[in-house]
Amino acid sequence: MASELKVPTMAEFFASGTVPEVLFWVGCAGSFDDRAKKITKAFVKILNKANVSFAVLGTEESCTGDPAKRAGNEFLFQMQAVTNIEVLNAYEIKKIVTACPHCFNTIKNEYPGLGGNYEVVHHTQFLKDLLNDGRISMEGGHFKGKRITFHDPCYLGRANGVYEAPRDLIRKLDAELIEMKSCKQRGLCCGAGGAQMFKEPEKGDKDVNIERTEQALETKPEIIAAGCPFCNTMMTDGVKNKEKEGDVQVMDIAEMIATAEDL
Amino acid sequence: MQYLPNIIFVVLLIVGIGFFVKNVSRLKRNIFLGKEASVTDNKPQRWKNMAKIALGQSKMVVRPIAGALHIIVYVGFVIINIEVLEIILDGIFGTHRMFAVLGPVYDFLIGSFEVLALLVIIAVVVFWFRRNVIKLKRFFKPEMEGWPKKDGNFILYIELVLMVLFLTMNGADYQLQQMGAEHYAAAGSFPISSFIAPMFEGMSISTLVLIERTAWWVHIAGILFFLNYLYYSKHLHILLAFPNTYYGKLTPKGQFRNLQSVTDEVRMMMDPDADPYAEPAEDAAVPDKFGASDVQDLSWIQLLNAYTCTECGRCTSECPANQTGKKLSPRKIMMDTRDRLEEVGKNIDANNGEFKDDGKQLLNDFITPEELWACTSCNACVEACPISIDPLSIIMDMRQYLVMEESAAPTDLNNMMGNIENNGAPWPFNQMDRLNWSKES
Repeated sequence: MASELKVPTMAEFFASGTVPEVLFWVGCAGSFDDRAKKITKAFVKILNKANVSFAVLGTEESCTGDPAKRAGNEFLFQMQAVTNIEVLNAYEIKKIVTACPHCFNTIKNEYPGLGGNYEVVHHTQFLKDLLNDGRISMEGGHFKGKRITFHDPCYLGRANGVYEAPRDLIRKLDAELIEMKSCKQRGLCCGAGGAQMFKEPEKGDKDVNIERTEQALETKPEIIAAGCPFCNTMMTDGVKNKEKEGDVQVMDIAEMIATAEDL
Repeated sequence: MQYLPNIIFVVLLIVGIGFFVKNVSRLKRNIFLGKEASVTDNKPQRWKNMAKIALGQSKMVVRPIAGALHIIVYVGFVIINIEVLEIILDGIFGTHRMFAVLGPVYDFLIGSFEVLALLVIIAVVVFWFRRNVIKLKRFFKPEMEGWPKKDGNFILYIELVLMVLFLTMNGADYQLQQMGAEHYAAAGSFPISSFIAPMFEGMSISTLVLIERTAWWVHIAGILFFLNYLYYSKHLHILLAFPNTYYGKLTPKGQFRNLQSVTDEVRMMMDPDADPYAEPAEDAAVPDKFGASDVQDLSWIQLLNAYTCTECGRCTSECPANQTGKKLSPRKIMMDTRDRLEEVGKNIDANNGEFKDDGKQLLNDFITPEELWACTSCNACVEACPISIDPLSIIMDMRQYLVMEESAAPTDLNNMMGNIENNGAPWPFNQMDRLNWSKES
């Protein structure tokens, strides 16, 4: 295993009078959820390996307000947004990368109207750029020929039209990318969006994540790739529900790259 | 007496179009019961969207069979209007096939109308089978019982009858032309109705004229009837699809509107100079209600959406909540909004232009919180709509009302919101622990 993670904070950069290339917005899931923390660490390992000058806000970061807004609490959302924007603007942040499509969507689309204007990219887009610029190289050894299906996160795909960056990365791993019957524009939700993650689902025939996992399993994948910590949790639960955790792994694309590079 | 048919025709035309104009003005009045929404931005893109989505039917073909059939009916409808124009002019002036002066062009036109008419008949029959025999799942949801089901079939019957009348009219005409009947000069080409013509063989000229005239009159009367049927039907989309796609959302689907009234409040709270105990100014406007509980709280674009909805159910069949058996159906949200808006409109008409509280509203009486809370805000319904309707925006506005006006969120969500407020995260973790992951192995 590689050495300890280097995770500089904005405050440290500020103290030394320098500015990082990009702010890594970790998000609540990436900070606190045990499964999502692995994604965060994998992404940081890649950033460290590629010598990207980045920083996190650390304890100065707060919820973007996305779940509050989707739940209907516009007031709480805007309080969160305005507070976050004050912090971001104080550090004169220009570019933000995040591994959470919900944070990505909110900061990119909803913060500008409240005074927060930044270039916001999803980590799959950022990784693709690193690859294009030759700052990371990828060997597909570990994943060569593996059957991988990609689950489009609603807030990355339909909500913002990002479909290709994650797919390009999977292809770069020499993996066999198999599409589910509902993919891209017609991708089926994992069931967590719109604040559903934080409540019991309404009564129905089954839970959305089970339906989506069934669609994923139909492709007979070895790996279900995800690009969102919430999708990751929902799909992992779905795979467990189907008692397939022995055969099928749910992995974030950052984790796949970190694994391929043995980081 | 010679001019009697012309007079009857003109009266029929005036009455038919008069009623239609009245319906349109009622429609406009109802739509503008909604709140103002600014849509003056990016006109080129808006025109482009209208051309592509409404005129070009770009999103219909996502489902190829329904898409292809729909394009036939649509093209048939648009092009046959040239024939309707001739019928109207003939009716007013007492002429017969006055465009025949176009010669070969006319032959080509009539010929292509006939082919289209046949294709429309085929498409309509297939549509009918899909609805009534194959029973496509999306046409059999709870909201499709009663009028919506009948309406869907009525439209097919009317279209079928209109096309059959058109071909019968031409067939009889063709026969009359063959017989050299007075007034029926040879004009037009009849690739389809010439196959009907043998049915008329051996009939007298007067019988044929009766058949031709009857088909002609019923055809035009049918068209005028259909024009007035629109207002009561999902078929209104043939008109409203155009403005609706023009006014459709241009920002990314994930971008939800930031409520200005909330922004004002938040700014004041964050302003260190603001006096929290200050009396509101004399002329201060009554603060906006947060979110929507009835149709008047929605924007006029959302109400236009409701009238434009074709009840095709593509939204509902793509909705993850609906697919997994939950009560939410985005189509029902649109249909409920239209039904309630119609009810409000009738209330206003009955009370001399003033809305009298009827003790009802869109929320609870039409749409239940259970439906609203089932939404994952995934935008599948918005993406699926072939004519740029946004059911999600209505769902979100109503959630805002539930949460900010009624504090009626599910307990779990209240916990989540409490956590965000206190800890800056939806879970009960301390903000000071946010960086702990970096030290864990």
